[in-house]
Amino acid sequence: MIETVVSSALPVDELLSIKKNRLGPEHPTGQEKRICIVTGTHGDELEGQFVCYEVNRRIQESMECLKGIVDIYPALNPLGVDSITRGIPKFDLDMNRIFPGNKDGSMAEYIASEIVEDIEGADLCIDIHSSNIFLKEIPQVRISEITAEKLVPLARFLNVDFIWVHSAATVLEATLAHTMNMRGVPTLVVEMGVGMRITRHYCDQLVEGIFTLMKELGIWDGYATEPREPVISTDGEVSFINAEASGIFIPTVGHWKNVRKGEPIGDIVEPLTGQILQHIDSPVDGEVFTLREYPVVYEGSLIARILGGIMK
Amino acid sequence: MTKEIIFRLQAPYRDELRVHGYRFGKGEKSACIVGALRGNEVQQLYICSQIINTLKELERRGCISAGKEILVIPSVNHFSMNIGRRFWPADNTDINRMFPGYSEGETTQRIAAGVFENIKDYSYGIQFASFYMQGDFIPHVRMMDTGYQNPSLANLFGLPYVVIRKPKPYDTTTLNYNWQIWETNAFSVYTNATDRIDVASADQAVASVMRFLTRMGIIKYFGHSGYIASVIEEGDLLSIRTNAAGIFRRLKGPNDPIRMGEVMAEIIDPYEGYVTMQIVAPTDGIVFFAHNEPLALENTVVFKVIKKLHK
Repeated sequence: MIETVVSSALPVDELLSIKKNRLGPEHPTGQEKRICIVTGTHGDELEGQFVCYEVNRRIQESMECLKGIVDIYPALNPLGVDSITRGIPKFDLDMNRIFPGNKDGSMAEYIASEIVEDIEGADLCIDIHSSNIFLKEIPQVRISEITAEKLVPLARFLNVDFIWVHSAATVLEATLAHTMNMRGVPTLVVEMGVGMRITRHYCDQLVEGIFTLMKELGIWDGYATEPREPVISTDGEVSFINAEASGIFIPTVGHWKNVRKGEPIGDIVEPLTGQILQHIDSPVDGEVFTLREYPVVYEGSLIARILGGIMK
Repeated sequence: MTKEIIFRLQAPYRDELRVHGYRFGKGEKSACIVGALRGNEVQQLYICSQIINTLKELERRGCISAGKEILVIPSVNHFSMNIGRRFWPADNTDINRMFPGYSEGETTQRIAAGVFENIKDYSYGIQFASFYMQGDFIPHVRMMDTGYQNPSLANLFGLPYVVIRKPKPYDTTTLNYNWQIWETNAFSVYTNATDRIDVASADQAVASVMRFLTRMGIIKYFGHSGYIASVIEEGDLLSIRTNAAGIFRRLKGPNDPIRMGEVMAEIIDPYEGYVTMQIVAPTDGIVFFAHNEPLALENTVVFKVIKKLHK
């Protein structure tokens, strides 16, 4: 059933509505577990759109296998998705930095507070992101250190390649995931693919994982695959490679491929003069789990992230 | 005065980004003044240009105190200003949410780090800032409640109000917050304009900075004493929100007194012109912040009011 989570009028003849689709068993007992699948916080991240579609489709094909409640929120920021804008149009702050929101705040803060209220009480939330237009990510779950003990075992069911346990930062306390985790809703943040695109095989991979996790939670009793064994960041050490020159980045390494220390990652070149401005080599042996997708780089632009000490 | 480049960054196709600093006097790092960190902060740039102009004249007359140094950085993000953007052109990130920066990090983290390295050891830091909500303020000095703030120093600007804000997580990467954490007394000065120049409030801002620098013994300048400020907690301001959307007709502006029940604004149907909603004052007080756009969304804050305060 399509439900409006929150709506708010725009100035001229338009209603902004955050919608969800609630799928549940035909004969509920009232004891069902509930999972929330949310995406579209950043309007330029589209991988979650296919995931929402596919989860919806598969469940509706086999409703008899559904034993719990699945709430699917394809667009927490519908204005952003519709206008190819990462943030909420005409609002300065990143939507994923204003949770838990504020009923007395700006429209965006008000909407954020209503979203939190709607998710509250769920047994699990999966918040799907897809990097941005600049970087390509392998399917991964990101978990802050303070929630790792509880969330890593759940993330293992999601069929992702990588689980990144990162240190906590104050600024990240305003994310949806942190807010929900602090309110007792285990929330897994998925990052995969690249902004403004749909990477079909990554989406299919995550969809399989969602069904596996739902089966584990007792929400689904239909077919589910055995999840792949993810690499965990604590098994190695994450190295960041940033551009030291401004120009055009031409990669020579493959995404999610082994690289040896000293092997080339790519070059930053200068089209005007035909020169190589920076030749970039890997600082470690490891796996390239993040790779620059957008070629124009400034000094400082992130080129790659490598999980050192791991060779597949 | 010396003019120097405190940070530079090569761009792939544009001229290099040069962040200039203007130093007045010599000696201990006394005061640092920062202007436009965002590309639409034209008023903030203008105010800094007027401060530099004034300090140049004061220095020529020997009115910078011995052993005191002032650094003014009029603009950091003119790369955005020159092409009509508010945030960093390449990735739309906000330099004022990147402090203290990271010299080996992303581009705007490097810009923030490069600037912060030059400005972090001053006794007093003054930033001309703009708010994340679109609107007009009563000119005021704003401080973060970090535990290091000193509202009685903020009073020395002689502006009518000092506002103390409890930081939210997203505030912890602003310049003001990080200055305080690095033990600089930090003040954000808000005037009633951002992307246009309001000469009267810019003049008031320049005068307030001169007053502050004089009172701290950094310059010698004879000006009006200004106000004894009312100190208010931001959380005590009463937010007034719309419950309809449409054309916004403002009837009350910043610094206007209001009476409970008085109409402060109207929301007008954008097609048929009738009033769909009157925004009525829920209390007596003074308007501190007022939405300044011709359109208003539903559920948006259009006024912030200082409750039960009279002029």
